[in-house]
Amino acid sequence: MVHKFKQLGYNIVIDSDSNAVHVMDDCAFDMLDRLSAAVFEVNGANVPANLAEDFPEYAKEDVAETYGELYKLYKDGQLFTEDDYEKYSETMVKSPVKSMCLNVAHDCNLRCEYCFAQTGDFGGERCIMPPEIGKKAIDFLIEKSANRENIELDFFGGEPLMAWDTVKATVDYARSIEKQHGKNFRFTITTNGVLLDDEKIDYINREMVNVVLSLDGRRETTDRIRKTLNGKSAYDVIVPKFQKLVKGRTQKGRTDYYVRATFTKYNLDFTEDVLHMRGLGFEQLSAEPVVTDEKEPFAITQADLPRIYSEYDKLCEVMANRTEDKFNFFHFMVDLDQGPCAIKRLRGCGCGNDYVAVDPHGNIFPCHQFVGIEKWKMGNLIDGTFNDDIKSYFAKTHLYSKEGCRDCWAKFYCSGGCNANSFIYEGDCRKPHKLSCELMRKRLECALALAVDKAVKSQNE
Amino acid sequence: KHVVTINANLKKSAENGGCGKCTSTVANQKCES
Repeated sequence: MVHKFKQLGYNIVIDSDSNAVHVMDDCAFDMLDRLSAAVFEVNGANVPANLAEDFPEYAKEDVAETYGELYKLYKDGQLFTEDDYEKYSETMVKSPVKSMCLNVAHDCNLRCEYCFAQTGDFGGERCIMPPEIGKKAIDFLIEKSANRENIELDFFGGEPLMAWDTVKATVDYARSIEKQHGKNFRFTITTNGVLLDDEKIDYINREMVNVVLSLDGRRETTDRIRKTLNGKSAYDVIVPKFQKLVKGRTQKGRTDYYVRATFTKYNLDFTEDVLHMRGLGFEQLSAEPVVTDEKEPFAITQADLPRIYSEYDKLCEVMANRTEDKFNFFHFMVDLDQGPCAIKRLRGCGCGNDYVAVDPHGNIFPCHQFVGIEKWKMGNLIDGTFNDDIKSYFAKTHLYSKEGCRDCWAKFYCSGGCNANSFIYEGDCRKPHKLSCELMRKRLECALALAVDKAVKSQNE
Repeated sequence: KHVVTINANLKKSAENGGCGKCTSTVANQKCES
């Protein structure tokens, strides 16, 4: 499938079934509307009759020359390629479980209004995971990961620092047995930062291969929705601690962290929040649309899309034009050269198949956003149950079983979107949430434009 | 003259891929085979 768009002053064309990306002049860009694999097959190298008449604004010889170039791209498998990937959808069906989100705390010391964990307790009682459950999670991953060496575990919540003893006991236990099992555990943590101190920062910077630090940008943006229990500014409490943690990593040349914002209807000017975070010294940044009930006053709706699109355009321009104080923006990053294989892209995150989440009681769910939804409970670490039928369902939930994905140009870059979002908004994991799709496509255009801009500038140097 | 190719590699990745060793948006992930 060919998708064409204009961004950052470029005419960009992506052949999404091959991952080929081209920049075209106006003549080629316009002519694409009249061309297809069928046209090339019928006409071969001969310019179709009447093609030049359809484009009177271009010289006949230019139209002929351009047709020749586009035909060559087609013959070389760089344009109008075929989607023949469905045959791979049975691959990786029996994938080992090798990634886990460990909800060590169903409690939180903030009361963020938009939290999908419902201020930390996931709609249930507030509780902390005992260390024994953390150790059982490690045993579960060692058993279920089969021959995989690298295993990932993200400490999550609620606020995982409220279960610090469990975090440390889990990491230490894994480190004590990983070599004898031929495994390499890679730990990450997602935290609001309130309880960070020197001891925790040192431990995290030693043991965690990635940290996600939650901050919504400017003080007024953050404090409007991320509320402390004592009424003090969350921003003032958190920012110095995040700066200290990040400095501990960047001093050693590390970039393995993200300062992650959630944007809502309250701050559709989120570029200002991103730039504010850059001003605080953070270089690895993310700002993601809120996932919440559409009735909430801060929810993002279809009516907000034009405003969000223009904001993404603005952020894209800012990043392209920056010569100093550069930064990475998570959703504008695309790896065209070394991205994941097509088979990985059929399912994306691996939710419910090679990735699961575990709550403080040891209950297993397909991912962190399904936690607490009884229908999706897959088993329990204590009683040793594990429902392979649910795993099989998610293994068979892919681009070719989801409604509308096979006809979308972005499918190999979003992998069918988030199953949990689809379930939460549409009631069906195989029915992608339209608003999320729209946002994803816009972000991908910006990401591709920045990749093009970087390549063009590199060629010109 | 009219087209500059910036980046096809997806079909080859399907033929050689599927090892499942990669880390759990997907576009910015790297192959880690």
